[in-house]
Amino acid sequence: MAEIQIKNVAKSFGAYQALNDINLTIADQEFMVLLGASGCGKSTLLRIIAGLETATSGEVWIGGRRIDHLSPKDRGIAMVFQNYAVFPHLTVFENIGFGLRMQKLPNDEVTRRVERVAGLMHIEMLLKRYSGELSGGQRQRVAVARALAMEPDVILMDEPLSNLDALLRMEMRAELKGVLAESKTTAIYVTHDQVEAMSMADRISVMHEGNIVQAASPIEVYRNPAAEFVASFIGNPPMNFLPANPQGGGKWSVAGQTWDGPATEKPLLQFAIRPEDMMQTEEGLTAIAKVVEPLGAHILVTCDVAGSQFRVILDSEMSVRPGQKLTLSPQPGRARWFDPETTLAVA
Amino acid sequence: MTDTVAIDASADTRKWGKVLYVSTVVFLCAWVLVPIYFLLINTLSSPETVTSFPKPFWPEFDLASLTFFAGFDGMLSALKNSIIVAAMTMVMSIVIGAPAGYALSRFEFRGKGTFRLLILLTRAFPLPLLALPLAVLFIRTGLDDTAFGLALVHTTLAIPFSVLITFSLFSGIPIELEEAAWTLGCNRLTAFQKVVLPLILPGITASAIFAFVISWNEVFAAAVLTIENRTLTAFLLQNLNTSPLHLKFAGGFILVVPALIFIFAVRKYLFAMWGIANR
Ligand SMILES: Nc1ncnc2c1ncn2[C@@H]1O[C@H](COP(=O)(O)OP(=O)(O)OP(=O)(O)O)[C@@H](O)[C@H]1O
Ligand SMILES: [Mg+2]
Repeated sequence: MAEIQIKNVAKSFGAYQALNDINLTIADQEFMVLLGASGCGKSTLLRIIAGLETATSGEVWIGGRRIDHLSPKDRGIAMVFQNYAVFPHLTVFENIGFGLRMQKLPNDEVTRRVERVAGLMHIEMLLKRYSGELSGGQRQRVAVARALAMEPDVILMDEPLSNLDALLRMEMRAELKGVLAESKTTAIYVTHDQVEAMSMADRISVMHEGNIVQAASPIEVYRNPAAEFVASFIGNPPMNFLPANPQGGGKWSVAGQTWDGPATEKPLLQFAIRPEDMMQTEEGLTAIAKVVEPLGAHILVTCDVAGSQFRVILDSEMSVRPGQKLTLSPQPGRARWFDPETTLAVA
Repeated sequence: MTDTVAIDASADTRKWGKVLYVSTVVFLCAWVLVPIYFLLINTLSSPETVTSFPKPFWPEFDLASLTFFAGFDGMLSALKNSIIVAAMTMVMSIVIGAPAGYALSRFEFRGKGTFRLLILLTRAFPLPLLALPLAVLFIRTGLDDTAFGLALVHTTLAIPFSVLITFSLFSGIPIELEEAAWTLGCNRLTAFQKVVLPLILPGITASAIFAFVISWNEVFAAAVLTIENRTLTAFLLQNLNTSPLHLKFAGGFILVVPALIFIFAVRKYLFAMWGIANR
């Protein structure tokens, strides 16, 4: 059992506050992805869990044991580093077996475990090589195999696929997920690639400027973003926003149209909608098409709605030309509303 | 038309560049090799040839001067002293210098830049200036005329190099390698032993041999601070002053050759020392 609890963790580098009061619980055997833009504190949080960085305040618990005062080797974790960190003076075999040798396991046990994880990562034929004789993708596999060989309770990965080309990355994504599910390890995976996050995660924690803005399943994060930041960060292209004025009785006026919205007393809300959640209707928003980009099955149309940019994804059967006037309405149940003061979602 | 002119011109500059390059290399080689060559010739010549002119191109292989030294009283013990002092210097400058280099490359602390500068500044004090106070101090503490005392002085001379060389060696090793070792069950010390040390060992060896050569070549402190337990340099300096020319050459030869051999042995690492960061 290796549930991870992060309680009120904060970290500052001098005057710079890298993490503010992080609270997060990761269930046993869960695959948690930390997603966020560059510099938002993902690595810092991961390194605090690993013990490579000390939190300014707060506690870290793994499997019901407080571990933030322990050194990295006593935390039951293994880590995969962004730039591999494969030891150049050791063979692949000795790299993978490094942690096992440190545990003073007998030779045949080391051999057995190294060969098993090498098989999992498809690098059996590389065991005698040195890291200088490996490609980037192979080094990456060695780094993951080295972590897996430890049979850790928790595996921490800091952008482990970021240095691979697109094709290899897609391949490794599926492989890694399968291997980790089989090993019953709790995993924290850092990335700034939302496709990677969506496809691998059990849950995604979206980070922004040292805060966790939302921690939920990929579909939940996509469909019900908890804050404007999540809505504007997730999705390619992300959600569209338009200001909405109250008409009373839960009715809101958006760019001249009146739609049903939340029944609150706020003086102003942000209406938000995914590009693929708009449809062409007889009546609706007036949108002037500016740019039309065919995507295959769909077309991405960048429009102008009441002076703001608005993107919609329509079926490619539809022929839309730049300059054309479209009338659009949200599909039922797909509109989201945010309070501009708190930037949080309003139900 | 203009094209061919341009090509001719660039070929011309390239040719002259090459000539300049080759002649510089030849000049620098001659600068170093010619004196050594004369040293060799004169060492292996009979006393009459040494004082005569012009010199023969080939040495005569007259070993009289060298055999004189082999039988020279005190020569062997001076050689032994030199080796002992140099070995002590080598060990001390690494034992003290390497941790300092490690700290400089791995930890952030106040005054780090100043500290690096100060290390270099220790080389700015001329030894003759320090010799008298040092001699007094050594006599008071009983360190005068001991191999250990002299090694201490040589260590201070060698330490700036060993600190800065090991600093660049450690900086060439990504901290992630150490961090990976920590997460794999090492503490700071074992991570150092199992990961950092094997990677920098060649560089450390080079730096140690460099310290050895510094001590081996040093003559001033050796001459001032030792009387009975002279090192080879001090011993030869004292005796050659009053010796005939052919013995001076032979003595010089004896001093130069070991230093050359050492440097030759570690030349690969001396080159690596500068290139280590991008390995
Ligand atoms: N040792 C340090 N000293 C000072 N500031 C630091 C240090 N380490 C990180 N920071 C700062 O903390 C912030 C968070 O850094 P962190 O490495 O966690 O970002 P990240 O989310 O992992 O970004 P990336 O996706 O680029 O890796 C950054 O603004 C960074 O400049
Ligand atoms: Mg990072």
